[in-house]
Amino acid sequence: MKTSKVFGRLLFSVAIVGFVAGGVPSAQAGGTVEVLHWWTSGGEAKAVGELKKTFEAQGGTWIDSPIAGGGGDAAMTALRARVIAGNAPSAVQLKGPGIQEWAKLGVIESIDDVAAKEKWDSVLPPVVADVMKYQGKYVAAPVNIHRVNWMWANPAVLAKVGAKVPTTWAEFNETADKLKAAGITPLAHGGQPWQDATIFEVVVLGVGGADFYKKALVEMDQASLSGPTMVAAFDQLRKLRGYVDKSFPGRDWNLSTAMVMNGQAGFQIMGDWAKGEFLAAGKKPGVDFLCVPPPGSGFLMNADSFTFFKDPKPGRAEGQKVLASEIMSPAFQRTFNLAKGSIPARTDVKLDDFDDCAKRSAADLAAATKAGSLLPSLAHEMAVPRTVRGEVLDVVTNFFNSDMSSKDAAAALAAAVKRAQ
Amino acid sequence: MFARVVEKWLPRIVVMPLFAVSLFFVYGFIAWTTWISFTRSGVMPDYGFAGLQQYERLWSTPRWYVALGNLAVFSILFIGFCIVVGILLAILLDQRIRIEGAIRTIYLYPMALSFIVTGTAWKWILNPGLGLEHLAHQWGWTDFHFGWLVDPRMAIYTVVIAGVWQSSGYVMALFLAGLRSVDDEVLRAAAIDGAGPIRTYTSIILPMIRPVFFSAIIVLAHLAIKSYDLVVALTGGGPGYATDVPATFMYSFAFQRSELGTAAASAVMMLVTILAIIVPYLYSELREAGR
Repeated sequence: MKTSKVFGRLLFSVAIVGFVAGGVPSAQAGGTVEVLHWWTSGGEAKAVGELKKTFEAQGGTWIDSPIAGGGGDAAMTALRARVIAGNAPSAVQLKGPGIQEWAKLGVIESIDDVAAKEKWDSVLPPVVADVMKYQGKYVAAPVNIHRVNWMWANPAVLAKVGAKVPTTWAEFNETADKLKAAGITPLAHGGQPWQDATIFEVVVLGVGGADFYKKALVEMDQASLSGPTMVAAFDQLRKLRGYVDKSFPGRDWNLSTAMVMNGQAGFQIMGDWAKGEFLAAGKKPGVDFLCVPPPGSGFLMNADSFTFFKDPKPGRAEGQKVLASEIMSPAFQRTFNLAKGSIPARTDVKLDDFDDCAKRSAADLAAATKAGSLLPSLAHEMAVPRTVRGEVLDVVTNFFNSDMSSKDAAAALAAAVKRAQ
Repeated sequence: MFARVVEKWLPRIVVMPLFAVSLFFVYGFIAWTTWISFTRSGVMPDYGFAGLQQYERLWSTPRWYVALGNLAVFSILFIGFCIVVGILLAILLDQRIRIEGAIRTIYLYPMALSFIVTGTAWKWILNPGLGLEHLAHQWGWTDFHFGWLVDPRMAIYTVVIAGVWQSSGYVMALFLAGLRSVDDEVLRAAAIDGAGPIRTYTSIILPMIRPVFFSAIIVLAHLAIKSYDLVVALTGGGPGYATDVPATFMYSFAFQRSELGTAAASAVMMLVTILAIIVPYLYSELREAGR
């Protein structure tokens, strides 16, 4: 009964969208784009506003299609309905392997001529560029790079137990035990599947190293998934489970950030969007809070991008080219990322106005690109398709919320990945 | 002549659009979903027949078993407690007490809330860091522990608590109406024969209002099987996926993971479950009506 209701609603939305798109005036100077996205609140909405402003300054017409809800789930549902109806939007906020999934269906537009003319290959880190391409051709433009493996610490709390910032997991566990003894929650964490997966992948990178991460969580190699290194990673995750407070299930990430801010907790492992919470509360990086990489080396990235869909309406192809070019312009990458808290996807943008955490992030990005330890995040839909990611999340969150042994977890992980492939 | 033709066809013409709409939007989509469950559909529907592949996938997913187990626990406890609490409240209210109207309204009010509101409120009440446990600690009772909401083994029971709180008032109203329909003559006869109040209720009144039990169970059962909003608001399916039910499972596979086929298979399983309850009920109802 429920499904038919949902699909009924879906069909209805297709009809509505059809009406709206039909009533739009045709081509203008800089072309027209319809942009489907789910950046509807706070800094994100402001960041999209910047893109709209730059695009309109070129004389183009911007049709905004914001669809809020479910961290993009609602927008993806709308996208599906519109593609089925043969009325795809010109550009969609779509990232990671999701780009390839849609490209395989033959509904994606290439923007390779713009990319070739502006030499995107020379300014994007190769790992990021690969995600934006389908069969060697650019089909998407990246707007930013978020670093997922950050550890946020409260220096005042660390000073209370006389601890320094840990650089190995053994040190981390030692410090955490001291904090726990002092009655402070060592790790602020929110029990939601994606957050569990975020600390999981950070631990896998920290325990196994970049090559292992790549084999296990990007290439989904069965032997690595069920092997001893993965068991060791689960062991460390089990330790972390002991360092969270007991009302963690379901907590939103920003509440965990507040716990670190207020000195209730020592650390939080979370991507660089947590920085926005500290800055909004008037805290200074390096003084009131520390942004340090968690134990282990490497850079887990999460890059948002706009993907271009085949849109035969007049003026759309032109608009797509202008938009792609605008997204990749250094000026836009700078303003957008200042508003969003991430760093530019282009590596040649001046970072003078950015804060210290962002500068550190950019420096580490460059180093990781050289060392081959720049890796896509699994938790944030950059490494594997949503089907596989979902199964991994199930296993990780089930492990985190039960007393499953590390060995069983590694075996279950391998089985789950096999099932989804 | 003309009048007779109109008289014959007008009702059919008037009903036709509604009939067509429900045929398409309800049965059409049931058929579509069933078809999708036999295909390889992922991010987009794919109409090539792929056999029972999605059902095999569904029945080899551990999370599906968790969802089914939770549905069983939730349905049985939810229906059972709602009926027991509902009957007790109805019997107590039936004792010709004063301000009965006001009390009845108070008990019925939770039904006016949506499950989302109920779920959110109980989430705060049951959260050990915010609600009951925190309150007890502040009052100095520091040994008090009530962490069901954050305990994967107990969390499904918090969903039962919230569900019973919401729906038992409604069941009470059903039973109260039933109790009031019992003829006073019967009660007087029982009193003359020397039956005590307990005997009167268990042997006479409750058997007489048996149809009310059926209505209550049917209403509660379909609430239980399609329960989605309460779980989402109260636990979000967590901790982990410990409180997943088939409806949240279906949503997560269809809309978060781009697995339309598997999601459709789970939806069909839910439909079959509902049919297993509804069909015998309809059958018995229709047979009685035909008599």
